[in-house]
Amino acid sequence: MENKYLKDEVVRISGVDPKKCMRCGKCTATCPSFDEMEYHPHQFVYMVESGDIEPLLHSESLYKCLSCFACVDRCPRGVEPAKLVEAVKLSVIRQKESNRLKADDIAKYLDSDMPQQAIVSAFRKYSK
Amino acid sequence: MKVSYFPGCTLKNKAKDLDRYTYRTAEVLGVALEEIEEWQCCGGVFSTAKDEIASKLSSVRALKAAYKKGQPLVTVCSGCHNVIKQTNYVMQNDRDFADKVNRYMAEEDAYNGETDVYNYLELLRDVIGFDKIKEKVVNPLTGKKIGAYYGCLLLRPSTVMKMDDPENPRIIEDLISALGAEPVVYANRNECCGGYIALEDPKSAEKRSLDIIRNAKANGAEMIITACPLCKYNLIKNGADIPVVYFTELLAEAFGVKEENDGE
Ligand code: SF4
Ligand code: SF4
Repeated sequence: MENKYLKDEVVRISGVDPKKCMRCGKCTATCPSFDEMEYHPHQFVYMVESGDIEPLLHSESLYKCLSCFACVDRCPRGVEPAKLVEAVKLSVIRQKESNRLKADDIAKYLDSDMPQQAIVSAFRKYSK
Repeated sequence: MKVSYFPGCTLKNKAKDLDRYTYRTAEVLGVALEEIEEWQCCGGVFSTAKDEIASKLSSVRALKAAYKKGQPLVTVCSGCHNVIKQTNYVMQNDRDFADKVNRYMAEEDAYNGETDVYNYLELLRDVIGFDKIKEKVVNPLTGKKIGAYYGCLLLRPSTVMKMDDPENPRIIEDLISALGAEPVVYANRNECCGGYIALEDPKSAEKRSLDIIRNAKANGAEMIITACPLCKYNLIKNGADIPVVYFTELLAEAFGVKEENDGE
């Protein structure tokens, strides 16, 4: 998908208006996955706004968001960065053969105490 | 009082305690839990994408089943609660989404988010009342110092979940007090345990969980209670050296309906 269309798509399915961001960085400061993310939540917002989405598509950062909604609740401008992370991630895994997690992979991650909730949630996040 | 009940996949498997003690304590309180017929897994996590419809239908079906019976829908697991409540919210507030869902389901009666959704904690506080809970305590947990662990799913996004003040919640602390124990307040009680990242990046879940355990202990907690099977798993897996139990188990203990040989 060309980048202009990709930006429109991401904005549309996320329902986020990245222009509302005042770049205060509070979302990033509160993000529990901050250390694991090469692009931080405020950078997602800025990069989507400026149409610079390509680097995000290949970044591990897409899979480090915990859906904790801390950035959503604590953003003073109601930007809801997690919804952009989700939308960019979906635009990747919805492509053919782009599931992050495959059914055959599950066995290697499991331990006997792991709740079903972990498995279904990971599938929902990492696969279409 | 009769309510519709959505247990969810984990409560029928790894979190049987959460289910069992919910039934037992509800019985003490005169609440009949009527399990939704043929409920399907909520999917564990809500996708915020507006065009993601199929994955939300199991929640809509459960909500609609409760609506048809004229009952509120009660959840216990934080994960189910978050997904179902967020789904109900979009059914109420996103016309385009609700129309698509209703057309897809192709049933005569449309559903537009009419059902009241309560986590069991909210049922205890808002419908039954913590005063009534206090009256039912036969085995007060006097002297126990207990840290409530909320995590994310019960509280956020707060405009949707509306359970409590997301930055300074007290519903679980108030429950702990009603049971005669002493609530321990600590800063990380509403921070994330790592959630599903435990599957493919357990190191990251370990960091998140250790922060919570250390913070709870540093403030004097001798036990942590939660409503979430995944939070419980992450805290125990990552070195909690104090007990981590479901709030329903504590409730059962205080009500005198927990038996010694209970357990998985
Ligand atoms: S907290 Fe909100 S306004 Fe501040 S940088 Fe993040 S998205 Fe932008
Ligand atoms: S929802 Fe994702 S991006 Fe937002 S604070 Fe949580 S982990 Fe970070």
